[in-house]
Amino acid sequence: MELNGARILLECLKREGVDILFGYPGGAVIDIYDELPRHEVRHILVRHEQAAVHAADGFARASGKVGVCLVTSGPGATNTVTGIATAYADSIPMVVLTGQVPTPLIGNDAFQEVDIVGITRPCTKHNYLVKDVRDLARVLRQAFYLARSGRPGPVLVDLPKDVMQAKTEFVWPEDVKLRSYNPTYRPNLNQLRRAVEALIEAKRPLFFAGGGVVMSDASEELGWLARTLSIPVTSTLMGLGAFPGDDPLWLGMIGMHGTYAGNKAVNNADCIVAVGARFDDRVTGRLSAFASGARIIHIDIDPTSIRKNVQVDIPVVGDCRKALAGIREIATTRLAEKDWATAHEPWLAQVSAWRTEQPLTYVKNGSIKPQQVVETIFSITRGDAIVTTEVGQNQMWTAQFFTFRKPRTLLTSGGLGTMGYGFPAAIGAQFAFPDKLVIDMAGDGSIQMNIQELATAVCNKLPIKIVILNNGYLGMVRQWQELFYQRNYCSTCMEAQPDFVKLAEAYGAEGYRITEAGELESTLRAAFASPHTAVIDVRVEREENVYPMVPAGAALDEMLLV
Amino acid sequence: MRHVLSVLVENEPGVLSRVAGLFSGRGFNIESLNVAPTLEEGVSLMTITTSGEEQIIEQIVKQLRKLVTVIKVVDFIDVSAVEREMVMVKVQADDARRAEVLRIADIFRCKVVDVSLNDLTLEATGDHGKIQAILSLLTRFGIKEIARTGTVAMRRSMQPENA
Ligand SMILES: Cc1ncc(C[n+]2csc(CCOP(=O)(O)OP(=O)(O)O)c2C)c(N)n1
Ligand SMILES: [Mg+2]
Repeated sequence: MELNGARILLECLKREGVDILFGYPGGAVIDIYDELPRHEVRHILVRHEQAAVHAADGFARASGKVGVCLVTSGPGATNTVTGIATAYADSIPMVVLTGQVPTPLIGNDAFQEVDIVGITRPCTKHNYLVKDVRDLARVLRQAFYLARSGRPGPVLVDLPKDVMQAKTEFVWPEDVKLRSYNPTYRPNLNQLRRAVEALIEAKRPLFFAGGGVVMSDASEELGWLARTLSIPVTSTLMGLGAFPGDDPLWLGMIGMHGTYAGNKAVNNADCIVAVGARFDDRVTGRLSAFASGARIIHIDIDPTSIRKNVQVDIPVVGDCRKALAGIREIATTRLAEKDWATAHEPWLAQVSAWRTEQPLTYVKNGSIKPQQVVETIFSITRGDAIVTTEVGQNQMWTAQFFTFRKPRTLLTSGGLGTMGYGFPAAIGAQFAFPDKLVIDMAGDGSIQMNIQELATAVCNKLPIKIVILNNGYLGMVRQWQELFYQRNYCSTCMEAQPDFVKLAEAYGAEGYRITEAGELESTLRAAFASPHTAVIDVRVEREENVYPMVPAGAALDEMLLV
Repeated sequence: MRHVLSVLVENEPGVLSRVAGLFSGRGFNIESLNVAPTLEEGVSLMTITTSGEEQIIEQIVKQLRKLVTVIKVVDFIDVSAVEREMVMVKVQADDARRAEVLRIADIFRCKVVDVSLNDLTLEATGDHGKIQAILSLLTRFGIKEIARTGTVAMRRSMQPENA
């Protein structure tokens, strides 16, 4: 039987296991929306297309599945760009479906026409314009395959209106043939042997986990290796949760706002195993000083990540979990060659001395400290929550003071640092885990970038909690102005802020305000116990800074401390 | 260091802009770029000359391989190869200088492809160095116009041992 493009699209989504779409309609995609009600897939109407992409992204990060969103042509498509770039920077599997003007009009500057394939070429893993309905099923199959395989990423498929209307025989391609795309999953055995050799020789080894550990579900392997071989662990922001934050071997995140112990450890280690991390400049500090005394073993599925920023001694291209499992296998046969615990004992004593010397801390003074808000939330929830963040100080305090124990419990825009990410991502995560507590740790600036999604959350009865660490500033920028620009607080003071409580109520959500440290715990508890979407406006100390801080261009161990 | 890269790609719409965009977006430089279909339907060959330090070239090659539409990348620095480019150059050649221009054309085995009272248009083929040499010799006569292809290259059938 012949089906039209819209129907074929929905048949394909079903076969890909897609049960939820985040989207926003428009002229170019009405045919798809016309077809939607006849299918089981849920469609969640957001209030801005950027939020549809972040929601699909949050869904993907929380669940490990491919997130999918659907928008119209022109402005609908351009509104997705920030979301796509966010997902691309953090390698999130996603398929973005955009409407396009009918094929005969393409190139004519038609109404609501943009070259979205051209616009998103540098921020997608791959993208397609489907010009013939007969290509549709194959392209969609490839899009999903590309999004989730290898180093995952967003794939965009542009769907002209006439292609959605045209009919053809629907044939589901059973497999994907792409001769030009063959990610390497299985690491080279020799390289793994060399890695184990290096670990045996090392006196001051260190694991350094990135988002790749989370993405490839390699936490268990990492944990086994760290504990069995007595090797301490640090991570990037994206790697938080990959290793339990309450484990004695855990040193905290490294980088610009990393822990003292973590940053010291990197620059004093003699062997670093970097797993699924790409050595972003926020992580390495001044490159020439980064890990200068260490042999670096770098495991990554993407060959371009290796030796892009940092010279590597033992490159291992492959899936992080497979690589760590391989190292485990080899190490198991060679355990007896070294008394690991004893050999690393002085090193472990050193790192724990750093930890006690300069723990993450802040000065309590009776006002509400943002760090204290994060700690209180951790203790109320016992860490059993999915936490998303916005961007800025709120993000860094969450990373520092919430103890993440499991992968996929922190969803944050690491690579792009997108303000406005956290709330829509929380919506996606809540759909993935309807029974989990989902909290967006927000800033008063960031939350206003996608505040309109309160309507989406309320409409879908999502019990998401938005905790605004309200300092009345674009705090992170203000911090830089304070420290490096002689307190020239140009355009960072948020004057004329809305009344967040009333705003929440206007949308039909609950609003809470906390102005006294004494109310912090009880009000948070009440808000978290509520079955409704809630906004909690916490008035925190306005000019609190995030420490430690490695100034841009400084070496990792040149930290400004509290 | 100058590198000639041979890049086999799926001949799909947009493939050229994917490759060009990669170079511009990442700040890699392109000296020349040549694209044409191969004997295999749907497959095109791009020959790209670029330059940079080893680490940059390594990134370029890896980034090219990462593009979903790129089938194969060969860096001709690693293999023995024949390299050619072609140039057409219109040189001022009035009666007084015509003989001299023709002599140079002869030495470099150029073909005369167009003539007028005041100029000669020569066609020259050779590797990058030869083309540079021809152009620098002709400069003093006054070059009015040039049209030049990028480099194309092919692996030699007989490779030196250990290559
Ligand atoms: C979309 C976007 N625009 C601008 C920035 C630059 N920026 C980084 S942090 C920050 C301040 C964020 O303010 P707020 O949300 O109140 O968080 P705070 O730092 O105060 O916790 C800004 C403007 C950004 N990261 N994203
Ligand atoms: Mg703020």
